[in-house]
Amino acid sequence: MLACAASIFAIVVLIATELVLQSQQSWHKFGLPFFYKFNVDPDTHLPLFWDPVNGTFYALPFLYGTLVSSLLALLIAVPLAIGVAVFLTEMCPGFLRGPLSFLTELLAAIPSVVYGLWAMFVLVPLLREHINPFFIGIFGAPSMVRLFGWTGLVGDDGLFGGVNLGLGLLAAGVILAIMILPIIASLTREVMSAVPNAQREAVLALGATRWEMIRVGVLRNARIGIVGSIILGLGRALGETMAVAMVIGNSAEIHKSLLSTGHSMASVIANEFSEATSDMHRSALIEIGLALFLVTILVNGLARLLVWAVTRGTPVRAN
Amino acid sequence: MAQRKNMRGALRTITDHVATGLAILATVLVVAPLVAIFGYLIYKGASSLNLAFFTEIPKPEGEVGGGMANAIVGSAVLLGVASLLGIPIGIGGGIYLAEFGRGTRLANAIRFTADVLNGVPSIVMGIAIYSLIVFQQKHFSAFSGGVALGIMMIPTVTRTTEEMLLMVPHSIREAALGLGVPNWRSVLSITLKTASPGVITGCMLAFARVAGETAPLLFTALGNQFWSVDLNQPIAALPLQIYIYAISPYDDQHRLAWAGALVLIALIVLAVSLVRYVAGRGILKGAS
Repeated sequence: MLACAASIFAIVVLIATELVLQSQQSWHKFGLPFFYKFNVDPDTHLPLFWDPVNGTFYALPFLYGTLVSSLLALLIAVPLAIGVAVFLTEMCPGFLRGPLSFLTELLAAIPSVVYGLWAMFVLVPLLREHINPFFIGIFGAPSMVRLFGWTGLVGDDGLFGGVNLGLGLLAAGVILAIMILPIIASLTREVMSAVPNAQREAVLALGATRWEMIRVGVLRNARIGIVGSIILGLGRALGETMAVAMVIGNSAEIHKSLLSTGHSMASVIANEFSEATSDMHRSALIEIGLALFLVTILVNGLARLLVWAVTRGTPVRAN
Repeated sequence: MAQRKNMRGALRTITDHVATGLAILATVLVVAPLVAIFGYLIYKGASSLNLAFFTEIPKPEGEVGGGMANAIVGSAVLLGVASLLGIPIGIGGGIYLAEFGRGTRLANAIRFTADVLNGVPSIVMGIAIYSLIVFQQKHFSAFSGGVALGIMMIPTVTRTTEEMLLMVPHSIREAALGLGVPNWRSVLSITLKTASPGVITGCMLAFARVAGETAPLLFTALGNQFWSVDLNQPIAALPLQIYIYAISPYDDQHRLAWAGALVLIALIVLAVSLVRYVAGRGILKGAS
């Protein structure tokens, strides 16, 4: 039994050593600049990050793509998830609670590839035809450009500039938001239910309205756990592969526009690994994987510690 | 004075209503895409599903028709290997955490590691197994895919087994020990047996979760257009086939991808509902 339990340690160590060993080649050639440098194309003077044919491997666009799509996902998902958790724990009539929590559980169980399929054929056309034009209209309006042109976020080279393909960072962010919502919502619900009822009663007894009770009595007490669940959602978003690879557009470039295509760390591995052109190419991809591994371990470890700090002491429940 | 107090009261009431409204709005916004996904999936999948899907292997690119029979069988083979590896080790680990190591620092560290391992991206698991098995053997294989999925099952099975065992009342253990049964015997034939429905549903949950995994199979099992159940050869898998068909340019392959997604979701929904059903009516056989 101890051997079985210890195998979990062994697995983590094994993954780490294997990734370190296999990424040696790229690490020795590029070192730390692998993550922040780039070459400049002598003809076009554009930055050149990733060119397997000529042996240029710099990972900056993948870090950028992962970061931007994950942060977009958090931006969309966090307010919604907290709203759902508040509704489910504090306001929901009893007959709705069961079906709703079942639905959120189902949402968490849908495989990544199915989300990707739906995103490719439903979400991307929806963004391209309806949602993106709406934002392009707002961000491209002459008055907006006059007022906020100095920020560099509006107009043709702003956040919603460039070609509207539907595919791209925004599509990746939206599908990631849909995917991490149930995780954040269910964990937030858990930490909120861990707040003792006496807290709620005490605040209500002082004459607070329901919202004031939730804000002062529940959210404030559960805030560490809520931050923990948000970070856990971030960890999931950072490593999500298939759905992102299907909608992010797959190009190793960095553009300011959210409509532009990109690549995330996970999606570049999924796309190129089995067709790696050289040992160096494979080694560079494994180094990206190693970075992803370390980041997700850090993020998940931190999140777990925060969630535990809050739910510790409450009895174990069925799920 | 009194008026100002009233105004503040009204403001507080309004804030309360606004907050309630926002929470309800958030819930609706979350439920909407779920309903949209499921509705569209059933609509597209059901209209594409036919007998050939379950009995035929994929047609060459561009030809109409064919099915995913080899992918369904391939998924079954992969999941069989994964379960053989993941379930015994996972249950063993869970027993250690709940029974033998309870409260020790080592057990806490292992529990923490299991939770962290659960969050490691599946694509990273894929390249690790690639380096470990495929790279050494110099060929893709069903075996390596099964191992990748099996390793992903271990943390989930460990944690659910532990939780289920912890729900067994102490009096049952004490009764067994009081009769002079050795501790290991009491754990295996009393505690584990009492918690077995819960443990089994936990295994099913882990099973359902890896059944839909695509990323770790991309460079281990690789996929296969033909019949194969050979553990040493590349093998087809349902999620892998869905991915390949989704990104292909042919409409008929898109149709098959939707059908495959529906089958996959049906399997997973079945498992999740079963878990909820068992968990809902009390996990423990004769314990309460």
